[in-house]
Amino acid sequence: MNLKTFAGGLHPPDSKHYSANKPIERCPLPDELVIPPAQHIGAPAEICINVGDQVKKGQVIATAKGFVSVPVHASTSGMVVAIEPRLHPMGKPLPAVVIKPDGKDQWEDSLQQHDPDQLNADELKKLICAAGIVGMGGATFPAHVKLSPPEGKKIDTLILNGVECEPFLTADHRMMLEESERIIDGINILRKILGLETAIIGIEVNKPDAIEKLTRDCAPHGIQVQPLKVQYPQGAEKQLIDACTGRQVPTGGLPMDCGVVVQNVGTCAAISDTIRLGRPLVERVATVTGPGIREPKNLLIAIGTSLQHMLDQCGGLDGEPAKIIMGGPMMGQTQLSLQVPAIRGTSGLLIFREQDLPRKNFGPCIRCGRCVSVCPIHLQPTTIAAYARLDMIDEAENNNALDCIECGCCTYICPATLPLVQSIRHIKGSILAKRRKI
Amino acid sequence: MDNQLYLSSSPHIHSGETTERIMRLVIYALLPAVLVSLYFFGLPALKVLLICTLGCVVCEALANKLLKQELTIKDGSGALTGILLALNLPASSPWWLALLGSAIAIFIGKMIYGGLGYNPFNPALVARVVLLISFPVQMTRWTAPAPLTTGIDAVTAATPLGEMKMAVMLTGKLPETANSGLLDYFTGNMGGCLGEVSSIALLLGGLLLIYKKVITWHIPVSFIGTTLLVSTIFWLADPGKYANPLFHLLTGGLLLGAFFMATDMVTSPITYKGMLIFGCGCGLLTILIRLFGGYPEGVSFAILLMNAVTPLIDRSCRPKIYGLAEKA
Repeated sequence: MNLKTFAGGLHPPDSKHYSANKPIERCPLPDELVIPPAQHIGAPAEICINVGDQVKKGQVIATAKGFVSVPVHASTSGMVVAIEPRLHPMGKPLPAVVIKPDGKDQWEDSLQQHDPDQLNADELKKLICAAGIVGMGGATFPAHVKLSPPEGKKIDTLILNGVECEPFLTADHRMMLEESERIIDGINILRKILGLETAIIGIEVNKPDAIEKLTRDCAPHGIQVQPLKVQYPQGAEKQLIDACTGRQVPTGGLPMDCGVVVQNVGTCAAISDTIRLGRPLVERVATVTGPGIREPKNLLIAIGTSLQHMLDQCGGLDGEPAKIIMGGPMMGQTQLSLQVPAIRGTSGLLIFREQDLPRKNFGPCIRCGRCVSVCPIHLQPTTIAAYARLDMIDEAENNNALDCIECGCCTYICPATLPLVQSIRHIKGSILAKRRKI
Repeated sequence: MDNQLYLSSSPHIHSGETTERIMRLVIYALLPAVLVSLYFFGLPALKVLLICTLGCVVCEALANKLLKQELTIKDGSGALTGILLALNLPASSPWWLALLGSAIAIFIGKMIYGGLGYNPFNPALVARVVLLISFPVQMTRWTAPAPLTTGIDAVTAATPLGEMKMAVMLTGKLPETANSGLLDYFTGNMGGCLGEVSSIALLLGGLLLIYKKVITWHIPVSFIGTTLLVSTIFWLADPGKYANPLFHLLTGGLLLGAFFMATDMVTSPITYKGMLIFGCGCGLLTILIRLFGGYPEGVSFAILLMNAVTPLIDRSCRPKIYGLAEKA
């Protein structure tokens, strides 16, 4: 097989066996859904309903503010019982719409089905924006923005991200196995919007069944399936583009600057639903997994479902939890509480117990250079981190700290267990703050 | 329950690689060379090894105490420095020489800079060079290897490199042994420091380190490669005066230096390109000192000199960053 990959990175144990063989299961509705309008990169949406309103599934409850923003919809039918700050996955209370489901799960009447062949690119983009489609791999970048390159930027390749390089997560894997038709339909819609033929699905070879299925199903559509060597962080946009096409996104630029648009496979399925069925993004597949969970599963959840409710569907906790992580173990965010709602970017809920956490005994850097050899951006993490510890902002910037994608490879490999990426993250914040001041 | 949750910035898993494991593996990789030295030099070698290893560990603990630091000896780097120092001393070293060397390595070579990770020079080599300059008699009193089985008492002998330097200086010609003794050099049957004698044992340990991914091939290959290349050029030019490259490969401290001393992570560059430059520099300096310098052996000096330029190499060998070229 012609395996491709990128330079750098590493291969942590993928730990996908917990949930890789569990078919996607629909999670029953909880007693309340907590839907924050801030669920995507860009300006949060503006709440446009009131407490006491009856809403239907798919009804807009918050409208987009600006171009880099999308509306947010009710994920089931029911009554708005509160609009108040609730603990957000970001780690602080943020405004949220609380809906008490009426149990009917009734779709909004005005939703319209379309035939993508009857619509032009602009109409399709408008529908995608109105449906609140964002990148579902976790970054939650509004999809319509990626699909609207400025005048003069030629896009010639569409790359579909089926890599799922984060250990433990299997949501995309299951989607590719079970929903390949919707994914392919979404890809065809994207090709039409971008006016291009070349579409490549990148999948790592630890998912041979997905590669086989998609290769078969894609053949009549002229969509290419590219098997990739297992290497983290291959699912990061820049690394995936390098692996699939050999091109590199210019530093500080976007994929469209090298003629590429990347979308997650889950996003493609959501786009198909949006156009064909008129359904906005109100549910997603998330992997509930980890050694701290009794019965790991891949759940189809309504946006706004609490982590606790997801956990309850999976046999509950196995032992005392020490870390609750939204997303994967390499880039996921730790959570304060299980009451936090799952949002559009929630690809997984991962629970570690005390004994599953790595031991930390910070030592001095022994200059082994392992962080340098694994950095997928080819930075010198130990050097930048040293500047960060001394708060030497300009030196860190000169060493290209802002190019860091925060994949965490350096911290993962460091024999002195130094918090390298954490230090770099910190100094990136300082660099940006300084730039704003000037 | 919620009170006991850890909140932290990602990543949340770790490879399990530790400094202790790296040091331990290097020590394991040195065991073949240690065993060979014990076989050839017997009890005196054991004495030197024990004094240096214990001496370094005790000195580090003492420095910790003096500097009011936490005890750092369990990271294994002190013990490793001790073993490396012992392997760089002659078997006939008196006890005080070994002890003094340990103190120099740990206090002046390492702890004075702030301990592990901060020393610019390889501590064991700093000690060796200080001893070599200060106590030339004791440091060059070589014992001929007397395998335990022969039961012969120690006899003094010159190292092949020393013999060569002498002969070339006196007669302008190579000694006979330069071409006939290769097999003995390979197995370790020659005069020299504890750790210099057996090429095969050092090679075994070095390959283990590369196989276990403790070190990469860059420094040993460029170091040894450059030495071989330059010595070949001279040998071809005048085989009567300059020894053949295999002689240079198998004698002296080249293999010990290339696999175990130059690859010391703290004092060598962190990028692959930097490592190649570093290795080439070590090789070039080694052969220049061997052929034209005042000392018969140049590995220690070469590595220390290259240690000094490591920060410069690091600065000028930043890898090309993803996506940077396209912008320019």
